Formats: sequence, structure tokens, C-alpha cells
Amino acid sequence: MTSRLRSSLLAPVLAVVFAAVLCAIVLILSGANPGEALGAMIGQVGEGQIAVDIVNSTAIYMLAALAAAIGFHMNLLNIGIEGQYRVGALVAAIVGGALVLPPVLHWLVILLVAAAAGAAWATLPAILKVTRGVHEVLSTIMMNAIAFGLAAFLIRRDQFGILVGNNVTTKPIPSSGQVPGIDLGDRGTVFGLVFLSVVAAAVYGVVLNRTRFGFELKASGLSPTAAAAGGVNAKKMIVVSLLVSGAVAGLVGMPEILGRDHAYTLNFASGYGFAGIGIALLGRNHPVGIAFGSLLWAFLEKSKGALDNVGVPKEIATIMQGAIVLSVVVAYEIVKRMELAAEQRRVGQATGTAVEPEAAK
Amino acid sequence: MVDVQPGASGVTMTPPPRRQKLPGSLVFTIGVLGVVFVLAMTSYLTGEPALTSSSTMKNTVSLGLPILLCGLGGIWAERSGMINIGLEGMMILGTWGAAFGGYHWGPWMAVVSGMVFGALGGALHAVATVTFGVNHIVSGVAINLLGAGVTKYLTTLIFQPLSDNPRESPPIQQFDTFSVSGLGDWLAGLEKDQRVIISDVAGLVRGLVTGVSPLLIIGILLVVATYVVLWRTRFGLRLRSCGENPVAAESLGVNVYLYKYLAVIASGALAGIAGAALVLGSGVPIYQEGQTANRGFIGLAAMIFGNWRPGGTLAGSALFGYADGLRLSATPEAVHALLYSAVIVVGLLVIWQLYRRKWTTAMLAAVGAVAVYALYYFTDELPQEFLPYAPHIITLVVLALAAQRLRPPAADGVPYRRGEGD
Repeated sequence: MTSRLRSSLLAPVLAVVFAAVLCAIVLILSGANPGEALGAMIGQVGEGQIAVDIVNSTAIYMLAALAAAIGFHMNLLNIGIEGQYRVGALVAAIVGGALVLPPVLHWLVILLVAAAAGAAWATLPAILKVTRGVHEVLSTIMMNAIAFGLAAFLIRRDQFGILVGNNVTTKPIPSSGQVPGIDLGDRGTVFGLVFLSVVAAAVYGVVLNRTRFGFELKASGLSPTAAAAGGVNAKKMIVVSLLVSGAVAGLVGMPEILGRDHAYTLNFASGYGFAGIGIALLGRNHPVGIAFGSLLWAFLEKSKGALDNVGVPKEIATIMQGAIVLSVVVAYEIVKRMELAAEQRRVGQATGTAVEPEAAK
Repeated sequence: MVDVQPGASGVTMTPPPRRQKLPGSLVFTIGVLGVVFVLAMTSYLTGEPALTSSSTMKNTVSLGLPILLCGLGGIWAERSGMINIGLEGMMILGTWGAAFGGYHWGPWMAVVSGMVFGALGGALHAVATVTFGVNHIVSGVAINLLGAGVTKYLTTLIFQPLSDNPRESPPIQQFDTFSVSGLGDWLAGLEKDQRVIISDVAGLVRGLVTGVSPLLIIGILLVVATYVVLWRTRFGLRLRSCGENPVAAESLGVNVYLYKYLAVIASGALAGIAGAALVLGSGVPIYQEGQTANRGFIGLAAMIFGNWRPGGTLAGSALFGYADGLRLSATPEAVHALLYSAVIVVGLLVIWQLYRRKWTTAMLAAVGAVAVYALYYFTDELPQEFLPYAPHIITLVVLALAAQRLRPPAADGVPYRRGEGD
């Protein structure tokens, strides 16, 4: 067990270290002190609301990464999380602002609507994939862009938009639909829906490892032919996993909307979808890995503001994120090849067919 | 496609004659003439001269060029079997490189420097995917993140002291454009007359021959060069063989890794030139954060639309550039008039299907035409918000309707390692 743990931890740790070294080199080349930069970023965690912001962002990234991970298990690359969470958030905000319901029921309905809208946005790529053989990456890229158009259209003031100050938003969700957070005074407010992410990660882990659906999902990803021989309906699995992925993606915007903004606004955050893909890769689709990956991502994102104080452009954090994604996938490949070679050596020694130089002597 | 139907009785032995395939250049010419005709008719019947005005055409050219170059980059990579979602990131690197080179050494160096920056992105993609066997799409997504991050970092570091803005570069020197002056004036006269079709053609051609930037010439030459190199040389045959069946190519002594490296680096370089075209094509030539606005993905879409061929990619980028250009130069009513074009196109489709005696398809198309016409008749304008996304919607429709006719390279995106073929 320990060797398995070590081998699964090796690649992410190697990747993060490599990305950090790379960023350090970049910083040194541009005349800054990497140690000072890191110190400033860690020091920033204690300042103001940063710690709470990190926790909140971690929850959001976790949802996005879980959505990506569900697809990854099936070898489906759901690039469309970006569009799915935007549509989910927008539709949920519109519906939530229009409904009148008792407190808890109200936000439960909003969450359901968000998940349904996210799944709906993933439906067309899923159908195109199983009926016309269209690669899901192409169709979801297109759906992402169209989601932006849809959002821009629906938030127009002659549609569902209203003007609040300088910002166009949807009709605010009444307090019955808002999810109360944990108020820490000066430190900020932890979103109530942080627990949604924890629950989602736990459910994800249980479903994947303890249910038939999870088994079929993993089997289809590892070997479609073997899964088909075992009676798994490949097309059904593709549709279901893409829809579930879309549904989870639809929830990504919810912590911010139900916990802070209470409406979909023009400056609704973008980029969570692609971050989620990176984090799922970093966490190797494992719920605990995803949680730590999200925490690292949120830390880089939220404490990078401190870098300006020490004269380092804060965009180095974005470089770090990109470098982590690229180096983690390279590291997995290297570790996989090393393990394969070690395995071959071991089997060769056990069966005595290996031509080992030591044995020849 | 079922060409030979085995006769159930075994009597009919002669297979139905294969339909002669038209040469690509002829299809292309017919397509261009058809589009011009449809636009001219729409412009005449709806009284919207903006559809075929020279300013619309100019916008089409300047907005279509980056898409075209990106699409060509996509062709180079994917013909060698490498999916390149990272075109967007490489294009971002290209815009930054172009602004840097252009600020210091003028427009020609802007193109070269944009190309070099794009090629660096391509080289990174090649190292990750070819040498380390990383999933092409994952690597592409990472490069998009990285491209955006690196340029933001470099902009804050290098451009901010010059432009006082952490998001953009100082303006760089523009190319001198040239016009075919005699022709341009004559066409301007024709365009003003507002005669059916003639004025429309004059407007479109005038947009093409006035204020021509050297980059447009380079872009057109690159289309031709891509075709000649990839389809008419030994090098191109080998490169494409790596995309169709790398194991077979390897067995014939082709260094597949080398070809894939070259193809992906060329792809990055083209995306970089696309970035330079974007910088130099703006009104004030500067680098701006978020300037590419996912045009890398639209380039990819143009490539799919064009069935992984240069001529088709040119057509696709012209179409997408037109959709983008119309938004800038035309009123919402003109955009609405495009629905009328759609009616004409579907109407022609009905006639074609009737000619081929495909009654059900003709029926369906006729119903579609009536539906679109009803939409045209009962609405006054289309939501402007969707116009920038016309390329994406068209691509989805093309993928949904023609996925079986499109033919991507057989081993596109398939991981390959030397000596592991079966």
C-alpha cells in the first residue's frame, strides 16, 4: 500500500516542485527574489479576508474539478465546464429571483435548477457524440462560446437584466433563497455551500468506488472493449457521464451566487472551468487529491495580490498554474513509463527470461 | 456511403456509376460565386447595401486573416496527427511577440517576432505531446493557460513602463497599405450606382483591392504554400502519412518524431503570425490583453469547416470573418437581412434535392425554409449578442450534419511511440 501511495504522490509533488523551480528561475531572470515572493504570498494568508477567500475558492474549484474528473474517468474531455457553469448560474439566478418559496426549499430548488441547466448545456454534445460521432472537445468548445452569447443576450435589460448602480444584474434572489454563511467578522464570511463541495466530493468518492455505476464508469474508461464485453452500454455511459459532469458543473457558480452576489452579474467570474480541468489532472481524479489541488490553486489565486508589494508582477501565479498543469501531466507520463519498465524487469527476473547484465556476469 | 448494392437476386452485377468528383478548385469557385450571388440577391431584395459594401468586405478581410492563419496552423498540426487546441495560447504569444518586435524594429520584425513566439509555444506542445506522450488536448489546455499567463507577466514587466498600462503595449508602426488605385476608383463608382449584382460585386472586390496590407498577400501565399508543401511534395506526403498511420510511416523509414515536431512548430509559427495579423490589423496596432478573444478556437473551427484542407479553411475563415465583420460595419437590420439569405440558401437546397429526387429531404428543407422566412417576417432584428457566435453555431451545425463526410486524418490525436506499433 505504501508503495502505491508513494507512486501516486510522486508525480504531483514532482510537478509542483518543477513548476516552482521554473517560476523561481523566471523571477530571478526578471530581477526578483523568489524567496521573498513566496514569503509575501504566505504572509498574505494571515491578512484580512484572504484565508476565508481561499477556503471559499477552494470549494468552487473543487466542484469544477469534480465535474472534470467524472468525464476523465470515461476518457471524455469535458472542456465545456466553462459554458455549463455559466448557463447553470444564469438560469438558476433568473429562476431563483422569480420564485417565491419557503427558505430552505427555495435554495434547494435553485441548486436543482442550476444542475439541470448545466446538464442541459451538456446534452447537445452528448447527443452529437453518440449519434453523429462528433468529438466532445469540439462541440463543447463551441458550446462554451455560445454560452457567453446566451448570457450576454439574457442579461440584456429588455430580457432579464436590471440596472443596479453601474452593473447589469438579474433580479436579486430574495433572502429565502440565499444560503447563510459562517460569519467570521473581519475575517469575512465562509460560504454555506462550502459544505456542498465537501458532500459532492464524498458522494463522488463513494459512487466511484462502491457502486455499479462507478465501476462501469471506470471500466469504460480503462478499456471500452472489455466494458462492452461485460455488458456495459457504452453509449448510455457516455450520455450519463457527460450529463452528470454537466450537472456538477452547473453548481460551480452557486457558492458565489447564493452566498455573496445573490444575482448573476455582468462581472460573473470566468475561467473556473479550465482551472477545474487542471486541478482534476493534478489531483489525479481522486477526491482527496482534488481537494488539495483546489487548495493550492486557491492559494495561488488569492494571495498573489501580495506580490505587487514586493515588486513582482502577480501574473507569475498564473504562469505557475499553467506550469503545474503541464508538468504534472508530463510527470505522470514519466512515472508511468518508469513503473512499466520496473514491472517488466520484475516479471523478467521472476520468470528468468530477462537478459540482465548483472546476471550475465 | 454505399456505392455498390449487392443485388438480392444476384442478377444486377453492374455497380451504379461512381459520381465524378469535381476538382477542389472548381468547387471553391462555384462556392464563391454562389455566396456572392446569394448576398447580392439578399442585398437587392431587402434593400440593405451594407451586406455587400466595401467596408464590410474590408472588415471581413482584416478579421478573417487571423482566423485563416490559425486554421492553416491547425492543418499543419493535425495533418501530422497532432491535435492542437493550444492554437489560442500560441496566438496570444504571437500577439505579444508582434507588439514587442514591432515596437523595436518595425512591422516586418513584428511578423517575424510574432512567428518566433508562436513557434516557441508550438515547440513546448511538441515536447509535451511527442516526446512525453501527454494527451494532446490536455497539453493544449495547459498551453492556453500558460500563454495567457506568460504574456500578462511580460506585459507588466516590459510594456507597462512604456505604455503606463499593465494590459497593453505602446502602439507600434503599421504596415504601409497599397491600393490598386485606378481599379479602386472605377469600382467605387460602380458601387455607388446601386445596380443589381454589379454594384454588389464591385463593393466586394473593392474591399479586397483597396488598402491591402502585405500580410494579406502573405496569408494568401501561405494558403497556396500549405497546399503545395503538404500535398505536392515528398516532405508533405511523409508528414501526412504520420497523421494517417504513423506505424506504417515508421516502417518505411520516416522519422515520425521529427515530422511531428516540425509540423507542430510550424503550426505554432502560423498561429504566431495570426497573432501578428491581429495586432497589425487593429485600428491602432497594439497588443491588448484578451485581444485574441478565442479566435484560435475559431481558426480550429474554420479548419473543421474546411475538412482539414487549405481551400476549405480559406472559405471557412472568409465566412467567419464575414460574420464578425458585419457586426462592426452593419446595422442590426442588415444582420436581420441575413435570415433572408438563409431562406435563399435553403430554397436552393430544396430545388437541388427535388432534382435528385430526394423527396423527404426536399420536404424537410422546404419546411425549414418556410420556418426561417416566418422568423424573418415576424421579427425586426436579430439579437446582436449572437452574431459573434455565428461561427460556433455554424460549426456545430456542420459537425452535426456532415460529420460523416468530414475526413480528419485517421490517426489524429492518437498517441504514438516509436517501436510500439503492432
